[in-house]
Amino acid sequence: MTPTTGPGGEPTADGAPDMVAVGGHSPSDAAVTATEAVELELTTQELADLDSSLGDVGPGRSLSADAWRRFKRNRLAMFGLALCLFLIVVAVVGPFLVKDPLNTDGLAKESPTNQHWFGTDTLGRDVLARVVYGIRLSLIIGFIATAVETLIGIVVGAVAGWFRGITDTILMRFVDIMLGVPYLVLALALVSVIGRGVSAVVITLAVTAWLQTARNVRAGFLQVRELEYVEAAKALGVPTRRIIGRHVLPNVFQPIIVLVAVGVGGAILAEAALSFLGVGVQPPDPSLGLMIAQSQSSFSTAPHLLIFPGMAIIITVLGFLLVGDGLRDALDVKDT
Amino acid sequence: MASFLLRRTLQLVLVVWGGATLLFLIFFVVSGNPAEIIASGGGARNPDPQVVANLEKQYGLDKSRPEQYRDYIARLARGDLGTSYRTREPVVDIVKRRAPTSLRVAFWALIIETFVGIGSGMISARKRNSIGDWVTTIAAVVLSAIPVFVLAFLIKQVTGVMAYQHGWPQWARFPTIGLGDDEWFFGIIPNGGTWKYVVQPAFVLAAVSTAVLARITRTSMLETMRLDHVRTARAKGLAEKQVMRRHVLRNAMIPVVTVIGIDFGTAVGVAVLTETVFNLQGLGSQIVRSAVDRDLPVVLGLTMVVTLVYGITTMVVDLSYAYFNPRVRLGDDV
Repeated sequence: MTPTTGPGGEPTADGAPDMVAVGGHSPSDAAVTATEAVELELTTQELADLDSSLGDVGPGRSLSADAWRRFKRNRLAMFGLALCLFLIVVAVVGPFLVKDPLNTDGLAKESPTNQHWFGTDTLGRDVLARVVYGIRLSLIIGFIATAVETLIGIVVGAVAGWFRGITDTILMRFVDIMLGVPYLVLALALVSVIGRGVSAVVITLAVTAWLQTARNVRAGFLQVRELEYVEAAKALGVPTRRIIGRHVLPNVFQPIIVLVAVGVGGAILAEAALSFLGVGVQPPDPSLGLMIAQSQSSFSTAPHLLIFPGMAIIITVLGFLLVGDGLRDALDVKDT
Repeated sequence: MASFLLRRTLQLVLVVWGGATLLFLIFFVVSGNPAEIIASGGGARNPDPQVVANLEKQYGLDKSRPEQYRDYIARLARGDLGTSYRTREPVVDIVKRRAPTSLRVAFWALIIETFVGIGSGMISARKRNSIGDWVTTIAAVVLSAIPVFVLAFLIKQVTGVMAYQHGWPQWARFPTIGLGDDEWFFGIIPNGGTWKYVVQPAFVLAAVSTAVLARITRTSMLETMRLDHVRTARAKGLAEKQVMRRHVLRNAMIPVVTVIGIDFGTAVGVAVLTETVFNLQGLGSQIVRSAVDRDLPVVLGLTMVVTLVYGITTMVVDLSYAYFNPRVRLGDDV
């Protein structure tokens, strides 16, 4: 949350190698990487000398180490990370420990007991088991949808930002059009065509969510492609594919990481909403949104049917949102 | 100014046309034959081929896809949104019937969001790390993680159901059936007891956006307070109140206004979940029902209307930039 400034200022990740290069043999090329610095035939001794000549700046840290250090100081973000890890453990280990989520042997709508810690639902199924499987399904849907969405976003954004011109115009107008149609409405429209069920939800979420990623990647590409080191790479005859992959993409990655974390939370919320409306995951698959929809009619007699799945969604989404916020601060990303 | 309006209007037309095309592609090309959907009445029965053929003729579905598309766009340009497959009611009438509910709830949600969101964000920024700041921050985070339908349902259960069952005082009971009688001053201000119907949905609809707005206000104010002109204003001895009002707030409001505008634009259409829980007869719940029923003209028509409202709102927001920040020249790159 709070910006952190270490004593004596903070060397940025590429800061230290940069200075190595500047002090070394190649004053014109201000942005060679550490490995390339080695290729410039700096001896270990020279590097050590340069390192010590940096004085109170301290040893260089990689960007990720630097970000992690800032992330660790953010208590809310660490709390979010703990929540996420806990949920992943629940999703992986939980199914081995709980009862069968489809077994209808129990009494209907039983309050929490020693036998059923979270009680049973209207069909006598164990709510704890259903919540655990529901969390697992939520995470699976959230991760897959976000992975696909991010991939689409990166490709579209990269193509638009790198080639510019008419390609850029067409792609970005298309993004504008998609953004103009409210998200849930677009998702509903798609669902009514693709059908329902887990894979339909994943496709719907992925197809509707890549817009922001594409915009960010494009903005990053437009900036980075004008930088000197890209020009240098071009002048050296590096193939375009390699320039994009090795030199441009890594430099627009920070907002993407933040969007991924926030995106997983958003996808889980959207899945729950679609399932709640009856157009998402279909019974008997255990979905948290679906459980909440089914709990409505019996809330006054069995409030645990709403409370446990509701808490599960809140904790899951909260975890990913907090991690996303923490990453945004740690990586110092703006406008995502 | 004129050129700005012209360009933005053209852009809006492009977005609406693009949206119409996109939805047309999704519905009429990718999905099955609409006539069969109508004839089967949503069930899985095998429709009579003669009935299907008649329906195809009636709705112009026997023409080729490009012809259908041309007809569809031409009708749209004339403001004709078609008729519902289910009820045979013109979509325009459905919009007229349902839009007031959506607009009323969205309007009151916007009022709550603006006052509570900006207010708590300002307190947070002025008194950093105070209890108020912490409460705002945590409330903002937690509210963005609660699914709207869970929040709506809990509120409905407490003030809408328990309040009646346990005989709470009259003022604590809130009915949850629609938006009540049509008693509104100027169509927007609830009259008599009608306000009780609007409180719960407006509050729920405002909850998430209020949380987001509070955080954006806080960040934006903190950023502005660090700027040179604020330091100068303080240095020349201006009263803190004046510094805040004239130099910080005005600048800090730019991103805030954007968010409020977008929220209103989306609230009109995306109140889907809120409307479902509170049984409101608004645009959102109609879109859900029609999407489930595959009543394509209604989904398409309402989506067009929502997109248009959203587009107009964004345009108004961009115009307001010029007021808050004279550096923004409308002729240039807005």
